[in-house]
Amino acid sequence: MEDIVNLFHGFAVVIQPFNILLMVIGILLGVIIGVLPGLGGANGVAILLPLTFSMSPTSAIIMLSCIYWGALFGGAITSVLFNIPGEPWSVATTFDGHPMAQQGRAGEALTAAFTSSFVGALFAVIVITLVAPLVAKFALQFGPAEKFSVYFLAFCSFIGMGKEPPFKTVAAMMIGFALAAVGLDSVTGQLRLTFGFPELLNGFDFLIAVIGLFGIGEILLTMEEGLSFKGRAAGINPKVVLQTWAELPRYWSTSLRSCIIGCWMGISPAGATPASFMSYGIAKRVSKNGHKFGTGEIEGVVAPETAAHAAGTSALLPMLSLGVPGSPTAAVLLGGLLIWGLQPGPLLFVEQKDFVWGLIASMYLGNIAGLIIVLTTVPLFAAILRIPFSIIAPIILVLCAIGAYTVHNSTFDVVLMLVFGVLGYLLKKCNYPLAPMVLAIVLGDKAEESFRQSLLASQGSLGVFWSNGLVGTIMALGLIALFWPIIQDAWSRLRDLAMPQRSL
Amino acid sequence: MTDATSPGGGSGPSHRWVEAGVAVLMALFGFIVIAGSLQVGIGWGPEGPKSGFFPFYLGIVIVGASAVNLMRAVVEIDRDRLFADWDQLAQVISVVIPTTIYVLAVPWIGIYVASALLIALFMKWFGRYGWGLTLGIAVAIPAITYLLFEKWFLIPLPKGPIEDLLGL
Repeated sequence: MEDIVNLFHGFAVVIQPFNILLMVIGILLGVIIGVLPGLGGANGVAILLPLTFSMSPTSAIIMLSCIYWGALFGGAITSVLFNIPGEPWSVATTFDGHPMAQQGRAGEALTAAFTSSFVGALFAVIVITLVAPLVAKFALQFGPAEKFSVYFLAFCSFIGMGKEPPFKTVAAMMIGFALAAVGLDSVTGQLRLTFGFPELLNGFDFLIAVIGLFGIGEILLTMEEGLSFKGRAAGINPKVVLQTWAELPRYWSTSLRSCIIGCWMGISPAGATPASFMSYGIAKRVSKNGHKFGTGEIEGVVAPETAAHAAGTSALLPMLSLGVPGSPTAAVLLGGLLIWGLQPGPLLFVEQKDFVWGLIASMYLGNIAGLIIVLTTVPLFAAILRIPFSIIAPIILVLCAIGAYTVHNSTFDVVLMLVFGVLGYLLKKCNYPLAPMVLAIVLGDKAEESFRQSLLASQGSLGVFWSNGLVGTIMALGLIALFWPIIQDAWSRLRDLAMPQRSL
Repeated sequence: MTDATSPGGGSGPSHRWVEAGVAVLMALFGFIVIAGSLQVGIGWGPEGPKSGFFPFYLGIVIVGASAVNLMRAVVEIDRDRLFADWDQLAQVISVVIPTTIYVLAVPWIGIYVASALLIALFMKWFGRYGWGLTLGIAVAIPAITYLLFEKWFLIPLPKGPIEDLLGL
């Protein structure tokens, strides 16, 4: 009950005119970011983060999270109209969304995409409202060993559940941790891994890494593919919207299933992209129109969009309640909290009630505002996409450079950003995952600190991670996640052994 | 798409060796981390594990995982698969080189002038736009940035001699 009161208090904070204005600006910027190739949720938020340094944390998070919602909505526009996914999580939306646009049903496809996004996000926000305070209350009792076990679980899920080869994930992730370790050691106050370079004293800032890896890297990939935009016209009017809305309730079961898949994948740090593919795949198998998927089925738009948005939103749950972000964009928001002087994690719910509930309330309102804004302004954003890449690309490069500079007012960071950009291009081409690397840079210091504190308490014995039921369970879950592919393999073999007649 | 082979059957560096090279570079990075950790001590000190304790093991895992990746790259990747064909790489490099000059020039001539030059270069070189449009956008974007950052948000960006001359 207390949480409901807090939530309404949050609504009161959000409804101030200044915050509403920031919300609208955030969504508009977010849609632009989502529409443009090379600018995604994570690096878009990272570039704009310095602009919020002078705002109050609540206003800042409202604007930044709305940029995130906008980016999630924006990805669908390019998928449907141009067959170019603006974001990785909208790849699955192109399968049925673009054929619909080719048949002249672009308005219908877009309305279905936006509405499903909204439903997915709303579901995830309700989950956050109900679950996050409980998780946070529970996590308040965590000591260093439990904290480390949560990080362990998060990173193991990346290795076991990711679609990239596990050893590539391990290599990328550990490089992230090593980059985080450079500079001042927060426990002993000693300098390490700087090899006498004064530029490295403060270590590697993950914001620079995000802007480089995702922003510059993406531009290089786009240049290589030599994109040319050939878009379909976006005819969207109130009549189409109402017609589509009347049709959508028919797919309630697909929608509900996609919401659940999305929330699950978002909370465990698998992320929005696998969620959208999985949801599309399952919908194709379960639906009675499954054989028509890929030719312009509206259900094929509903499934991935709902899941992607639910995953993208629920990725904020572990960030708020545990301090462990579920996606790179959530990691950037977490970095923002640190810069504004807030300590992410369970204490937020005790010490920064206004902030947390303001954020949660803004998720409800931001998504409603987002739905209205995207439905009414699609032609405008489609026009942005028609600006040729030879104009857009240098402008994005300039924005990335400015974003990198403003993090610490350092021109060295701008050079570093380019290095990360080239690295991002190479890693992406060689199928290394970037998200665990970024998350490792963000969480490296905290994970190391809790690891060393636990060892200190136990005089160096690793047994501390099995010393009580709670920490043992989380560690065991982590190990299961880590070895998931092997377990799955063994399980299916066992089943084949038990039922040999089925394979005949 | 990472697995795209060249559509025109053009030539280019083999994917296998690029991937092997990336794995070797990562292993090298792992060795640097190990060396750096040894410098500050990897054992136990008065405050518990020393500064190099955690990174030392990270370094070992990086080297180990890179060794596996290197082996798999050499053994498993089809030798005919291209990383990208030379035309595509030329496109990528034609972005990397001006951007490198750009980031190195920022401390000397300031971000505004450098940005204007970068935008103008791209529009003239890749887009082949007329001088009017090129100059218009090349000047407008830095000008908007100036107003937004320096005037509205009061965040100073790096400036060079030209801004000094104009007294900005």
